[in-house]
Amino acid sequence: MSDFLVFDSVTKRFGALTAVDAVTLGIRKGEFFSLLGPSGCGKTTLLRMLGGFETPDSGRIYLDGRDITDLPPNLRRVHTIFQNYALFPNMTVWDNIAFSLRVARYSKSEIRKNVDGMLELIKMADHAYKYPSQISGGQKQRVAIARALVDRPQVLLLDEPLAALDLKLRQHMLLELDIIHDQVGITFVYVTHDQGEAMSLSDRIAVMNQGHIEQLDPPAKIYEAPRSGFVAAFIGDTNFFEGTVTGIEGDYCKLAVKDFADILCFNDKSISAGSQVHLSVRPEKIRVTTTPPPPEKGSRINVFRCKVTDIVYQGTYTKFWVLSGAHRIAAIKPHSRFLLGQAAITWGDEVYCWWHPDDGYMLEQFTAEDANLVQMPPVGYSAPKPPTATPVA
Amino acid sequence: MPMRNRRWTEWALSAPSVFWLTIFFVIPTLLVVAISFHSASPDGGIGKEWTLQTWRHLSNPNYPAIVWRTLWISAATTAGCVVLALPCAFAIARMQKKWRAVMAGLIMLPFWTSFVVRVFAWRLLLHPEGFLKHLLLSLNLAEPDSQLLYNSGAILLVSIYSFLPFAIMPIYAAAEKFDFSLLEAARDLGAKSFLAFRKIFIPGIRRGVISATLMVFIPSVGSYVIPDLVGGKNSELIGNKIYQRTFPDRNLPHASALSAIMAIGVLLPLGAVALFLKRQDRNEALRIAESNGVKQRGGAV
Repeated sequence: MSDFLVFDSVTKRFGALTAVDAVTLGIRKGEFFSLLGPSGCGKTTLLRMLGGFETPDSGRIYLDGRDITDLPPNLRRVHTIFQNYALFPNMTVWDNIAFSLRVARYSKSEIRKNVDGMLELIKMADHAYKYPSQISGGQKQRVAIARALVDRPQVLLLDEPLAALDLKLRQHMLLELDIIHDQVGITFVYVTHDQGEAMSLSDRIAVMNQGHIEQLDPPAKIYEAPRSGFVAAFIGDTNFFEGTVTGIEGDYCKLAVKDFADILCFNDKSISAGSQVHLSVRPEKIRVTTTPPPPEKGSRINVFRCKVTDIVYQGTYTKFWVLSGAHRIAAIKPHSRFLLGQAAITWGDEVYCWWHPDDGYMLEQFTAEDANLVQMPPVGYSAPKPPTATPVA
Repeated sequence: MPMRNRRWTEWALSAPSVFWLTIFFVIPTLLVVAISFHSASPDGGIGKEWTLQTWRHLSNPNYPAIVWRTLWISAATTAGCVVLALPCAFAIARMQKKWRAVMAGLIMLPFWTSFVVRVFAWRLLLHPEGFLKHLLLSLNLAEPDSQLLYNSGAILLVSIYSFLPFAIMPIYAAAEKFDFSLLEAARDLGAKSFLAFRKIFIPGIRRGVISATLMVFIPSVGSYVIPDLVGGKNSELIGNKIYQRTFPDRNLPHASALSAIMAIGVLLPLGAVALFLKRQDRNEALRIAESNGVKQRGGAV
């Protein structure tokens, strides 16, 4: 196998629970690889087996062609950044970073050279002699990274490393992680439940659910071409449509959706008439306008008359939930020019919702639970009514 | 004004305990020291005149030997207890919560039986016709005429047995709060289990180890039931001597002088530990103050 790090049908059970279910996966050398999934999906167990803290019940793990399945953690050239950083409180920043080199009995001058180099890399040379209790969360994070990288491991494991930081710091550390990865060229395996982190850092993402991998692809493909309903709903937001193919028109097929109008969609799966399919349409692909869409040359557009039921203003965009027949559809309208005098779309308005047939994506796999992952405002919620004057007695 | 008010409250709150300790601890201790500078009266009382006679008498080579033996047996007991308690506390702290409570209960179980009875039980075990002797004989680990009872070894063994719970409990209390992911981190960075235990776990629970040391060392310096029951003529400790001088000999000044020496033997290590802890606290406070200062200047990210 040409992959640097290989899981070969690895299974791990905890009692009756199968945390990791026959996972096979290959990670390339120097790659920034993310394991993304909801809590309890098995991503951390997979990482801990890679670090040597858990042993698989069956299956093997290979690193650079060598079977490492039964090696204890101290004999693997794989280091972990723990969620709480796990810096040694009784040692200074300098001693924390030097730990692995001292254990491996490097010479004094080599230790000094490497540790000072790492401190330079994380821009913390001024804080070398402070203790972990004296530095901030972001600094601790950087020290943990330096400590794990100083003896040049083959793989660096990151277990939700940014979860404990506040938003601004998290964004800052994301950039820094990216830069550090580019500088050291070591394979990073990153575990997170935050799709934003995974999307912005990774070369490839493995989306995990209930112990198995749902999809393994680069971020854009995961987002734009989700294989299953779970991936579509877990990554970002989406609208699902279930329908029967009633006709093929060139590259497109026509879906009859229950309690809804027919939908035209791109037929990349070469599905034949009569089959049952699920369609995912991202909210930002759906336009919401008060006037009908301008006719487009040579292609047909899906257009529906809808009624606005909910509006969430988000600054850079407004999110609408509209109702058409029995279907609730989420749509996102990005804000461009802001005109004070312009009449904004409001609750109860009749609008046009439309999207290009190329923007709907047919799913290979769909379960009823996937639909529950889609966040919706409670059903029956109605527009705030204008206050009615109550007569004062 | 509020500052002075707080001072006053502090004084008021600590007054009862200060009063208690003064009446029942400081004054009696000073009285004991004072008695050692009086002569003994033939009827077992205390003579009126002041004298250095008792203290001069203590230069008899017998006494330094006893003091020395007391200190080394106490130190060895402490070391033995701490060494045994460390892995034990470690193991308990790693157990599931319900098992931890059960184990803590089991450690306290011996206290349901009288201390004297338990020490006496050891006499039967170590007796020349006892179980342990027969066991060692059958394993060819002992000579038929070797003596298990009535020596310093027996005192050490029974002391370690008796004081072990006092070492386990404080170390366990510290170990329970220890962040075990630090050990995983050390293993992850290449350390073998034992190195991680030594370099990360023990420094992490050092306060528990210090408490355990004091909890074992102090009572074992004053211990007298154990050497009395399992020790021999040549393994007397300072506690036995104080008993002898107080009751059979009725020589209170002599007993007082020995008590004073014992108090010094206990207070010196106690003072050293207190100094060490105070220094650490001060360093920690300085570190925190310093890092806060950095934050205020906007240096830290």
